[in-house]
Amino acid sequence: MISRWIDRHEKHIFPLPAVIFIILMMVFPLGYTVWNSLTNWTLTSKAPTEFIGMTNYIELFTKDERFIQSVWRTFYFTGGSLIIQVTLGVASGILIDAKKYPGKRIVNSILLLPMMATPVAIAMVWLLILEPTTGVMNYLLKQVGLPISKWLSSTSTVIPSLILIDSWEWTPLITLITLAGLATLPTDPYESAIVDGANTFQTIWHITLPMLRPTIAIGALLRFIDCFKIFDIIYSTTGGGPGYSSETLNIYTYQNSFYYFKFGYASSMLVIFFAIVLGTVLFVTYTRKRLEV
Amino acid sequence: MAAKKTSMYRTQRRIFSVLYFVAIFILLVIFLSPFLWMVYCSFKTPIELSKLPVNWLKGLTMDNYQKVFVQQNFFKFIKNSVIVAAGSTFFGLLIGLPASYSIARHGQKKLSMLILTSRIVPGITFLLPLYIMFRELKMVDTYTSLILAHMLTGLPFIVWLMTPFFESLPKELGEAAVVDGASSLRTFVSIVLPLSVPGIVTATILSFTFSWNNFMFSIVLATNRTRTVPVAIYNFISYASIDWGGLMAAATVITLPILVLAVITQRYVIRGMTAGAVKG
Repeated sequence: MISRWIDRHEKHIFPLPAVIFIILMMVFPLGYTVWNSLTNWTLTSKAPTEFIGMTNYIELFTKDERFIQSVWRTFYFTGGSLIIQVTLGVASGILIDAKKYPGKRIVNSILLLPMMATPVAIAMVWLLILEPTTGVMNYLLKQVGLPISKWLSSTSTVIPSLILIDSWEWTPLITLITLAGLATLPTDPYESAIVDGANTFQTIWHITLPMLRPTIAIGALLRFIDCFKIFDIIYSTTGGGPGYSSETLNIYTYQNSFYYFKFGYASSMLVIFFAIVLGTVLFVTYTRKRLEV
Repeated sequence: MAAKKTSMYRTQRRIFSVLYFVAIFILLVIFLSPFLWMVYCSFKTPIELSKLPVNWLKGLTMDNYQKVFVQQNFFKFIKNSVIVAAGSTFFGLLIGLPASYSIARHGQKKLSMLILTSRIVPGITFLLPLYIMFRELKMVDTYTSLILAHMLTGLPFIVWLMTPFFESLPKELGEAAVVDGASSLRTFVSIVLPLSVPGIVTATILSFTFSWNNFMFSIVLATNRTRTVPVAIYNFISYASIDWGGLMAAATVITLPILVLAVITQRYVIRGMTAGAVKG
């Protein structure tokens, strides 16, 4: 009896537990956040929580310099990371694929390590490497006569240093995605290119890259999603400092939520954060579909 | 003349070949050396650690590991991490597999979009309301709240991975079983799932790893009793001045099991990490 009932409603029964989970853990919390964002709820304040309408949002965009700064910083970090990771990732993927040799498995294994390792642990290792006075990076730079840097401890170099760490961690993902994409490409265009006498760089530029474009685009989109909400490596190395110089949107929202306990104000930031990320992803997928059609 | 040209061509090719392998070698050194440095430093005494140039054989010690396991009691944090990672992976699969199967069979695009949204949206958007909810329910610092929160990263990934996998199975499979009188639940459990083992293995490894590595959910929801390893290593630096040797030993202890797992199962891991970017 029951099994026949399940059969008839399979379409609804199978996904039901997941749907309940998503509603309880995602949809409801989001709705709750939107509601909170319209209040002045602060855990540490004795004042009663009141409905204050759009006040939080107005304050965010007109008065909160730290918020505006953190938004730009997030774009700076994301843009820098994306450019480096996509360029180097695609280049190294094409390089690795160019020749056949034994031991390619080992190359793939090593590429996997940075992205699988625990980000906080990785951040600690880089904190040691980039230590301005005792770190091995500055020591090596001095040995070869290059200028040294203060890396994570100076306001001007902290974001580039974080981009460096994130790129070390995630460029291999683009490399592996490129390799997977290259494995699916047809060989015919290359044969005719050889007949036409094209050199290696012409073939890469006119054949390989255009055919790889959809693959690279998805790789870049995945990186955008993760870079924009970067938290682990920043929070554990600089905590947003020195000063506020590495405070991205995620870090600032976290500070407002769990350090200042301004639940209402933080909620309005969460709503904006949510809107930016979802908006960008929808925009990219929409334009991609239109370009393909 | 012709012979000379060929030999020149050959030398040129050989030079290119050497340059090529030098480039590959440099690439591997870049990605491998921070790990080697981490492991090496975990065996150094504090005084020797800050001395450069490195005296490779001087000041080697096991003290750092003793600190990690005896003083800091990392066994407890490892146990917590294993419970949370295994729990969130198990329940993620339990609700994610039937959902993915249904999405694949019935083309439920909206449902898959809804679940995948939780992969796209920054975790902190859920973290604050969940923290408030769990606080009200007196559930902060319990395995249940951590497992539920970690499932938010595991579940969308499982669906993202398994939906195309189920789509690639021949449709006749299910239909043949239904003709034979098997219920849809039976078909799913005894025919579809056994055929999906490679996909499930990939989903399991990656869901476990993501949970193991998760820092933000854990630092808020796990305060004392259920503290996981990424939070424990972070606390290593926040108390006193940084004990680099101990910190590197802790980093090694946390990352090594995951890295060994990744290398052993690399075929699955690569397929999982690059899934969705390549068609077919």
